[in-house]
Order: sequence, then C-alpha cells, then structure tokens
Amino acid sequence: MAENTNIHENYKRKKNKEEMKQQVITFALMIVFTLIAFGMVKADLSKLFVIPILLVLAAVQVGFQLYYFMHMSHKGHEMPALMIYAGAFVAFMTVLTLSVLIWW
Amino acid sequence: MSDQTLNPETMPEQPERATLEGKNKFLGFWFFLGGETVLFASLFGTYLALRNSTNDGPGSEELFGLELVFVMTMLLLTSSLTSVYAMYHMKNNSFGKMQLWLGVTVLLGLGFLGCELFEFYHYIHGEGFTLRSSAFGSAFYTLVGFHGGHVTFGLLWIIALMVRNAKRGLNLYNAPKFYIASLYWHFIDVVWVFIFTVVYLMGVI
Repeated sequence: MAENTNIHENYKRKKNKEEMKQQVITFALMIVFTLIAFGMVKADLSKLFVIPILLVLAAVQVGFQLYYFMHMSHKGHEMPALMIYAGAFVAFMTVLTLSVLIWW
Repeated sequence: MSDQTLNPETMPEQPERATLEGKNKFLGFWFFLGGETVLFASLFGTYLALRNSTNDGPGSEELFGLELVFVMTMLLLTSSLTSVYAMYHMKNNSFGKMQLWLGVTVLLGLGFLGCELFEFYHYIHGEGFTLRSSAFGSAFYTLVGFHGGHVTFGLLWIIALMVRNAKRGLNLYNAPKFYIASLYWHFIDVVWVFIFTVVYLMGVI
C-alpha cells in the first residue's frame, strides 16, 4: 500500500513538473511578445500597421495567461470558459458602443 | 476532515476542488471574473471615447514615458509566473515553498505599485495633470487607478492568507483560498496587458 502511494506520488510530481516546464515556456513567450510590442512602438512604424498587431499580441498574451497560467486548458473548466467568454462578449459590445458613440 | 494538514497520502490531485466548498469557490470566482471583465471594459470604452478630450492640457503623447511602463509590465508579468510557482508547490504539498513564492509575488506586486504611485506623483506635481484637468484625465486616472486598486487589494488578500495560515499548513480548507487568490492575481495581469497596450503603447504611437 505504502509503495503504491509512493508510485502514485512520484507520477503526480512528474506530471506537475512537466506542466511547470510548459508554464515557463509560456512565460518566455509572453516576455518576447511584450518586447516585440514595445519595440514596434519605439521603431516609429505606420500607425495603421502597428495598432492591429499590438491588439493581436495582447489577445494572444491574455489567451496564454487564461489557458496556461489560470489552467483553463485543464479538464473541468467548461463553466469558467462560459463565464469568461460571456464576459468577453459583453466587454467587446461595451467597448464597441462607447467608441461608436463618439464617431459623430 | 478538511482541517487536517495534508500529507502525500491524503493529498488529492486538485486540492482546490476536492471539497464542495472548494468547488463552489472556484465556480463563483470565475463568475466574478466574468463580471470584472465587463467592469473594466466599460472603463476602457470610456477612456477610448474621451482620450482626445484634453481640454488644452497635456495629451497622452506628451505625458507617457514608455521606460517606466516597461519596467512595470515586467514586474507584473514576473509576479504572475511566481504565483504559478506557488500553485505548483501547493499541488506538490510543499507549504513552505508555496509561502516563499507567494512572498516573492507580493514583493514584485509592491514594486509595481511603487512605480505606479511614482508615475501618478510625477503627473500631478511635475506636469499638473490631475483627475480634474480634463475628461482625458478623469478617464485615465479612473481606469489605471482602478487597476492599481485591484493590485492593492490583491496584495492585501495574499498577505492576509499567508499570515492567517502560516501556522496551519496546507489543508483542503485553505487550498481553495490560495488557489482563487492566485487566479485573481493572474486576472490583474490580464487587465494590465490591455492597459499597457491600449493606454500607453497606443497613446504614444
């Protein structure tokens, strides 16, 4: 029995360690995205070119944060996904409404 | 049962969701985060609508310096990783290491907050840019200040958990508490990603 627990425990630790490795890679990518974003703004490129790329970089970073750092890629995260996507949808509509209001 | 300190034999794979209370906390907290998303979206929308209404005062291009914002971004991003480390040690049932990494997270968060206070102080006393200067000023301080308020609350929350549970060790009663505090801390970083992109980078471009 004790031996069994040990094997289970070792397996669990190994799995956790592998996940942690993934998290560190995610972190490195997030740093790279941040550097690209700041670098592009410093480089004085065309506004119409930079802004969409900045927004995409931000969206990918947030995805990393949610799926890896906040574990949404794990099992049993259907309700969290529903809630955060519903929130993101309403958020999008809110920002759209408030931005469109000032067009005229 | 849930108050007993865990050992490798009683440690479930997901200590944060092993009890009904933990499951409820987990679901309720994600529901709250969905609501927070909408709250911050309305502040972002307001900022986007008002950012050019400077009332002849300084605009975003003259005010913002990217160096400090870059340092703040790195501090907060790193603190996000250290809180992942803390949760890693929680799942491995090493309470001491979890406390240590939470401590590092708190220090990085304090560094971030210090930078933000310095930035606001500089705007107010150096540039004369305040909450009442213009619609842009109101929208800026409300949005960025609200995020700073979240950072402050998150720090107090994590410190309170660390102190309160220092002598208890890890159990199924407090594991969900640590877990949702770390979720909150990641969410603060999610909001900051949009702040440095939309407010600062798009403000100086």
